[in-house]
Amino acid sequence: MTLLLEVTDLRTRFHTAEGTVFAVNGISFSIKEGETVAVVGESGCGKSVSMLSVLRLIPIPPGEIASGKACYCGVDLFGKTEAEMELVRGKEIAMIFQDPMTSLNPVLTIGRQITETLTRHEGMDQKAAELRAVELLDQVGISDPAERLGDYPHQFSGGMRQRVMIAMALACLPSLLIADEPTTALDVTIQAQIVELVQSLRDKLHMAIIWITHDLGVVAGLAERVLVMYAGFIVEEARVDDLYANPRHPYTLALLEALPRADRRRDRRLKSIPGAPPSLLVEPHGCPFVARCEYAVEKCRDQNPLLTPVGPEHRIACWVDVKTGAPR
Amino acid sequence: MDTTPSRIATLTPDDLETPPLGLGQLAWRKFRRHKPAILGSIVLVLLFLYAFGSPLFISESYANHTDTTLRLLPPSAAHPFGTDTIGRDVLARSIYGGQISLLIGLTAVIVETVLGILVGALAGYYGGVVDSILMRITEAMLNIPEIFLLIVMAKYFGGKIPEVDILGRTFSGSVVVIVVIIGLTSWMYLARIVRAEFLSLKENDFVLAARATGTKNIEIIFRHILPNSIAPIVVSATLGVANAILAEAYISFLGLGVQPPTATWGNMLDGANNYLDTAPWLWLFPGLFIVLTVLSINFLGDGMRDALDPRSRTV
Repeated sequence: MTLLLEVTDLRTRFHTAEGTVFAVNGISFSIKEGETVAVVGESGCGKSVSMLSVLRLIPIPPGEIASGKACYCGVDLFGKTEAEMELVRGKEIAMIFQDPMTSLNPVLTIGRQITETLTRHEGMDQKAAELRAVELLDQVGISDPAERLGDYPHQFSGGMRQRVMIAMALACLPSLLIADEPTTALDVTIQAQIVELVQSLRDKLHMAIIWITHDLGVVAGLAERVLVMYAGFIVEEARVDDLYANPRHPYTLALLEALPRADRRRDRRLKSIPGAPPSLLVEPHGCPFVARCEYAVEKCRDQNPLLTPVGPEHRIACWVDVKTGAPR
Repeated sequence: MDTTPSRIATLTPDDLETPPLGLGQLAWRKFRRHKPAILGSIVLVLLFLYAFGSPLFISESYANHTDTTLRLLPPSAAHPFGTDTIGRDVLARSIYGGQISLLIGLTAVIVETVLGILVGALAGYYGGVVDSILMRITEAMLNIPEIFLLIVMAKYFGGKIPEVDILGRTFSGSVVVIVVIIGLTSWMYLARIVRAEFLSLKENDFVLAARATGTKNIEIIFRHILPNSIAPIVVSATLGVANAILAEAYISFLGLGVQPPTATWGNMLDGANNYLDTAPWLWLFPGLFIVLTVLSINFLGDGMRDALDPRSRTV
């Protein structure tokens, strides 16, 4: 499989009235054609910002992409003009968002919102675009698609709206779909339906997916590889089964301990991680997790560990071996 | 025993399954309840019928026909609204003057709305330097009294404009000048309203979602955000018509507006101040038309504001 997107040393900052927010601090990752990668981490750890940075959708100013490269099919997206980026967004890389209740324009019919992408990127006329829109709505499981083209977003339920968003995102058959917590705002049964839908569409359309979430349960069923983010850093990267069976970073370990599991004893209390994530207003120094880490050693305070391989396709950023508690 | 049937049980399934009302239907329901707005709409329709229907019976040449033997005649059967200082029929002039006044009101608002939306949308959407420059210009314009701007512009542009033919009528070129200068001096409030709308609307997820599908900024501004802020624009434009008619009346009254023989309600008042008590019909009728129009439009605008305001969703 060939490399689709390769991000190197991405740093994103926001210059606000309270000071500079160090949102993303030099992350590197790549995704191959047709691969599904999950990005997990708690709120405010830079998951969404890093993906929005790749598509150059963060507001500049106050935002700033301070360094890095995002090579899509070998071409750096950060070197493109805004007009060239418009040809990438929606056509090559599509994105769906967390809250389907607010991501659709309330005063435009969904037909118009879907056909707009098609007429822009595929040069279809209105009639052809409408036919294609019906096909797309049918594909994402909306019944009576032809009649529903003229409906407004408020006439759809939350789950249905997320299906419409997916139809819009898939309109031009992108090679990469970035899904920013697409199931967080939905209830559990609808979540499962949406995950299943995306899975089946992925297999049919052979697209790569970056799935941003804080739900490790969803990740297990969907992704092939996982990136764990913390305070704007990638702290662990592994194949999904490897990550669950053999977590190597103290933060990942703590996250998994906090997850209820069917194969554990019922009377055991779920562990929570003490403390709070560090303020992003301070330039990072040392390991970002040091204050909450039960394995922390002296070295962790001054030197930020780099992401280093610990096994096949498994990299962590930690000075300590969590199995022995000894420094590596 | 209590035999009255439960109120819940009287709801038939049909009642429960009526589709929810669209936004337009909701607005219409609320508008209908606003009595002054309904009254205003009716009066406006009558005024438009008066100005644009009556020419079927009275010709424009009659309205501009002068006869010094018939100077300053009080209302009579032959001249129901009397005659003016050079013997023209006031009724006929109020009809043709009404056409011009109403057209000036409507077209000046088009100029005002286009300018206001452009300035407000660009300032609100792009923010930063663009916003600062555009808003400083807007504030500078607001700081100069509108009447002063009107007079200076009317003086500067007036006089040298050739006559124009629109809708089968020949207008003094000053009509076009007045439309443009009223538009140029009244867009500032609308620009501020539109800017405020854009500032809050552009933070919505649907704007981000539109950008994520590769939509150009210009399309986001005019096709995605603008339709969401249509309600305050419509209300402001409606009230703008009344202000434009008043503005035309000011400058025409001062003799700087539309030049005779083309009549407007405003320039019919020009000179009437010399005959306040001796020939009250000179100012009474055009004055009445102006007051009626402005009042009706304001009532209509009020009703629309209530009906379109998303914060008052009660039916």
